[in-house]
Amino acid sequence: MALLEVKDLKVRVEEREILHGLTLTVNEGEIHAIMGPNGSGKSTLSHVIAGKPGYEVTDGQILFKGEDLLEMSPDERAAKGVFLAFQYPVEIPGVATMNFLRTALNAQRKARGEDEYSTPDFLKKVREVSKSLNIPQDMLKRGVNVGFSGGEKKRNEVLQMALFEPSLCILDEMDSGLDIDALRIAADGVNALRSPKRSMVVITHYQRLLNYIVPDVVHVMSKGRVVKSGGKELALELEASGYAQFEDAA
Amino acid sequence: MNVAVAKTGKGRAVSDLFTSAEGRLPGSSGVTAVRREAFETYERLGLPHRRIEEWKYTDLRALVGEVLPLAAAPDAAALKRAAEAVKAHAISGARKLVLVDGAFVADLSDVKALAAEAGFRTLRETLDKDAGLLKTATVDAMIALNAAMATDGVVLSIADGAQLSAPIQIIHIATAASASAFSRSKVTIGKGARATIVETFVAAGAAAYQINDAVLVSVGDGADVAHIRLMDDAPDAVNVSSQFVTIGANVKYNFFNMTTGAAVSRLQGFITLAGEGSELSANGVNLLQKTEHGDTTLVVDHAVPNCVSREVFRAVIDDRAHSVFQGRIIVRPDAQKTDGKMMTRALLLSDEAEADNKPELEIFADDVSCGHGATAGALDDSLLFYLKARGLPEKQAQALLIQAFVGEAIEQIADDGLREHVIGIAERWLERRQ
Ligand SMILES: Nc1ncnc2c1ncn2[C@@H]1O[C@H](COP(=O)(O)OP(=O)(O)OP(=O)(O)O)[C@@H](O)[C@H]1O
Ligand SMILES: [Mg+2]
Repeated sequence: MALLEVKDLKVRVEEREILHGLTLTVNEGEIHAIMGPNGSGKSTLSHVIAGKPGYEVTDGQILFKGEDLLEMSPDERAAKGVFLAFQYPVEIPGVATMNFLRTALNAQRKARGEDEYSTPDFLKKVREVSKSLNIPQDMLKRGVNVGFSGGEKKRNEVLQMALFEPSLCILDEMDSGLDIDALRIAADGVNALRSPKRSMVVITHYQRLLNYIVPDVVHVMSKGRVVKSGGKELALELEASGYAQFEDAA
Repeated sequence: MNVAVAKTGKGRAVSDLFTSAEGRLPGSSGVTAVRREAFETYERLGLPHRRIEEWKYTDLRALVGEVLPLAAAPDAAALKRAAEAVKAHAISGARKLVLVDGAFVADLSDVKALAAEAGFRTLRETLDKDAGLLKTATVDAMIALNAAMATDGVVLSIADGAQLSAPIQIIHIATAASASAFSRSKVTIGKGARATIVETFVAAGAAAYQINDAVLVSVGDGADVAHIRLMDDAPDAVNVSSQFVTIGANVKYNFFNMTTGAAVSRLQGFITLAGEGSELSANGVNLLQKTEHGDTTLVVDHAVPNCVSREVFRAVIDDRAHSVFQGRIIVRPDAQKTDGKMMTRALLLSDEAEADNKPELEIFADDVSCGHGATAGALDDSLLFYLKARGLPEKQAQALLIQAFVGEAIEQIADDGLREHVIGIAERWLERRQ
């Protein structure tokens, strides 16, 4: 069953069209990789799915579990199960990570009509997840991402993914800035979340990440469109030959 | 009060304010003479307005119009409401001193427990011995009016070397609607003493009341003082508070004010660093919504060399509210090696919110390090989006960021219980926005 359906999406930023009719379908339980040159619109797509303001959708639609995602506020999308792991997670001084995690998790549960977590249950869950991701407890006492290294920020994104249990995870270049060990820890964290009910869209420039998180489908984006889709071997092909062959196709 | 007269003209109404109250004001003939003189000063100056430089942004003639008649002494019903308010607003463990509509109420206060730690009298008891209580170096119309009309207050003295374990909380409770309360207090802190003084302003069912309070503080050498003010008045109240603080040598003085209520409020502080080697930290927080007007005016006077002063003023301004910060640092000719800085940070939550900021440096010494800075802006969109993308609804996302902004000031309160109490007040303000 289709979890996410992006149909002929056209998006403008500041009067300039960035996505020129993009179509993409992600079924339940599938892992999709999106590759493509800098500036081709990968982050733009992820932002529009998450509901970031500043993007004007001029045409097309996005359905999530059959519902019109574009009608929902970002927090509604999160509560429905959309999670975007940011390419550049922001630092939020003065908002303790623990407090943020609890507030966000309970806000999502409340929006879904579920009971809020009790403090002991919440702490237990955070402890479990952070341990598996090698995140020290004292990091969670600091402000959200404040003073975190690049790798720590990405791990904190994966931590939230594990905690919120979304049905769609979009990972925007989670491999950028990670050393080999950090990459493996983060990728293991992501793999642990694979499930027949959960889909992932992995945006990356490098085949290496896809060795860890093996995709079912690979898409090539160029100039605001998906120009080619294929199996995981497509990523290897791109690694060898680059994007030049698709520039014309776009 | 004669209402018909009040309507014929402000001049007549004003003197009526005093004559109708005079019989109830404590003090024998010497005190009465001081009061009369103060009242004449007030009559001559009238309510401050925008052409008075110090009141440029807070035009009381336009914002308030008139001074309401003196509140009657609280009756049994008022005291009952006040007792409830004390329960709701008392800091746990603190020694309470309660003033209801400007009258000290022993039954609601912890006079006995306090007696072991500090000297205490009411203003009413003390005035005849010390008419100087009604005199201050700086006089403006509202301070003069306070001297003329003060009905009561607390006179506290903390002995040299005393180490107070619990905060002393002076709680001002308004129960009388459409009336004024005038109070004046004095706090003397001995050499080497350590104390936390809290002033709380709240309402118990009263609406549209006016507060005019003044506090005279003197701090002995080597003392360590936290002075916290919580102006949490009813939304339609007026509160004009004046503070005169004189600081000795090698003192640590942490001053904190948070305004979370009142249609019109003004805190004017006159702080003099009169002994060398002292450190003053002054943090102000204005949390304003609707059409509230909150003014914090601080004059820090470096009268001697080698003192440090830090002022950080934060405002969170919603709707059509208006926040004013006027900060003046004076460095006297002798006050070499002064290190004085002030910073203003305004968070504007609406397009119609307004912030006025007037920093002034008056430096007469040449070997000093002084400066001021200011920032103003909305909440950061990228931070808001991050929080929303993780499931926080708009208002809740804003609340987290506002808490972080205000938290930087509140964090400086060392006492855990007190800090939690202040956080609670800020949270209730945030809930009123939802
Ligand atoms: N806020 C913005 N204002 C103006 N142009 C923008 C904005 N955001 C994105 N763009 C433009 O849209 C295009 C697509 O950007 P996007 O960030 O989506 O690319 P990307 O595929 O994620 O690139 P990268 O691989 O470098 O991360 C770029 O040309 C970029 O300059
Ligand atoms: Mg990108």
